[in-house]
Amino acid sequence: MKDETADDENWGQQFDRLPETAEDRVVEGRPSRNEVVEWWEERFGIDPATFDSYTFWEKGAGKIWAFNGEVVDPIQVEGLGMRILRTRQRHWKPSTNAVQRFCRDATKNVIELSPGEAKAFVAGHDQQLDWWEGDWGYLTAAHEISGDLEPLGVGLYLHGELRSTVPKGRQEELVKLD
Amino acid sequence: MNPLQRYAPLVDDEEAFLAACERPLPSVVRVNTIKTTVERAREALDDEGVAYEPTDWHPGILKLEESSPGTNWPYFHGWLHGQEEVSALPAIALDPQPGERIWDTCAAPGSKTTQIAAMMDDEGVLVGNDNNLGRLSALRHNAERLGVTNLVVSNQDARNFSMKPFGERTPEEPGSFEQFDRVLVDAPCSCEGTCRKNPDVLDEWTMNHVASVAGIQKGILRRAVQVTKPGGSVVYSTCTLAPEENEAVLDFVLEREDCEMVEWDVPDNFETSSGITEWEDEEYDPSVTKARRVYPHQNDTGGFFTAKLEVNA
Repeated sequence: MKDETADDENWGQQFDRLPETAEDRVVEGRPSRNEVVEWWEERFGIDPATFDSYTFWEKGAGKIWAFNGEVVDPIQVEGLGMRILRTRQRHWKPSTNAVQRFCRDATKNVIELSPGEAKAFVAGHDQQLDWWEGDWGYLTAAHEISGDLEPLGVGLYLHGELRSTVPKGRQEELVKLD
Repeated sequence: MNPLQRYAPLVDDEEAFLAACERPLPSVVRVNTIKTTVERAREALDDEGVAYEPTDWHPGILKLEESSPGTNWPYFHGWLHGQEEVSALPAIALDPQPGERIWDTCAAPGSKTTQIAAMMDDEGVLVGNDNNLGRLSALRHNAERLGVTNLVVSNQDARNFSMKPFGERTPEEPGSFEQFDRVLVDAPCSCEGTCRKNPDVLDEWTMNHVASVAGIQKGILRRAVQVTKPGGSVVYSTCTLAPEENEAVLDFVLEREDCEMVEWDVPDNFETSSGITEWEDEEYDPSVTKARRVYPHQNDTGGFFTAKLEVNA
């Protein structure tokens, strides 16, 4: 039987703070704070200083949360800051909300959509966009609003196609398609 | 019984009061300053041809002329949140500051919670609590859509809220705390102040319900005072005009907990009335006049009640 009080296991009823570095890791498979910050920098060019005041937590297998404050570790609550990332899989996947919140300053892997493409994207449609010449994988989909680029959410780009990963609950609130 | 008739003796203009209660409320949105500025949100609405009018008491609270908030780009980006105009008052009375520890006792679905987060510049520890797990998912959804990252979502009965999850019994642990700087008690109530949005509340209103929610309100407000540090603030608000749920609750708690009523800064151009000290056969502590009542005809909003307490040092 699984020992739910064991320090070296991940268990889903509480938030556990991420170790600072890989060397500090006690729970197998848990990413370190440094790895998370480096991932955002490497994938989207987000300045690591953005996260200086944040603590990072895992609840459930590979669900990573960012919290702009300090609380005890571990902590048994229903939510802690924002769910930002899915790890413990081959390609880490950022959440729509995290991309909207943090990828405004992204300098890499941002795919700018036309007004029509943006509407289709937020309605959850996959689109053939052969003109993209950047990386494959998870991209920040963005469009222009009030004279600036604003992130819409996460797209998965593979073989010339941009798949929308905008969650159902966010799609409902959407702009009607023309 | 139409509860509105009870309050006619309290208002300056009975006819205007009753007439206002009959009119539907306009659609109102609050600009979410975690994700954008008031200027940029307005520009985006202009670009989309969505007509709005800023309220004359708050630049970030906009009345939409037609469309519901859920169908435009600024809404999708989490720049706007649909929130009844008058319900922006409790967070203003609370006056939250960045980096503080704040407890929102009855937080779901989160309009006031997310407003508090924005006023904290999204920094510190904001505990959004609700006893209803289903409603908590709405709170989480709203908070994430608005980009809030300083929220701790908790599921407890506020009347016997435990500080144990926050490290009360392990004060040596980093990040532990046992008291809050500020607490908002936006209490469950008989809601007749929301009749302009939902006229059914008037049909469902009973004195029994008033008595039962008043008991809950007293329990939550007492607990709120107990877990607030000396010198800290507790804001008590309801969307009802019933004195049994407002001044009587304050009177009850003032007598039993170490706290006192204080004035709060009502925004310019927003009209309010004082709390009352006599109702039917009851008399209340004279300091409850510092509470503010809002009648629907005063600012063309819903009915509301907001009071601020300071915990004695």
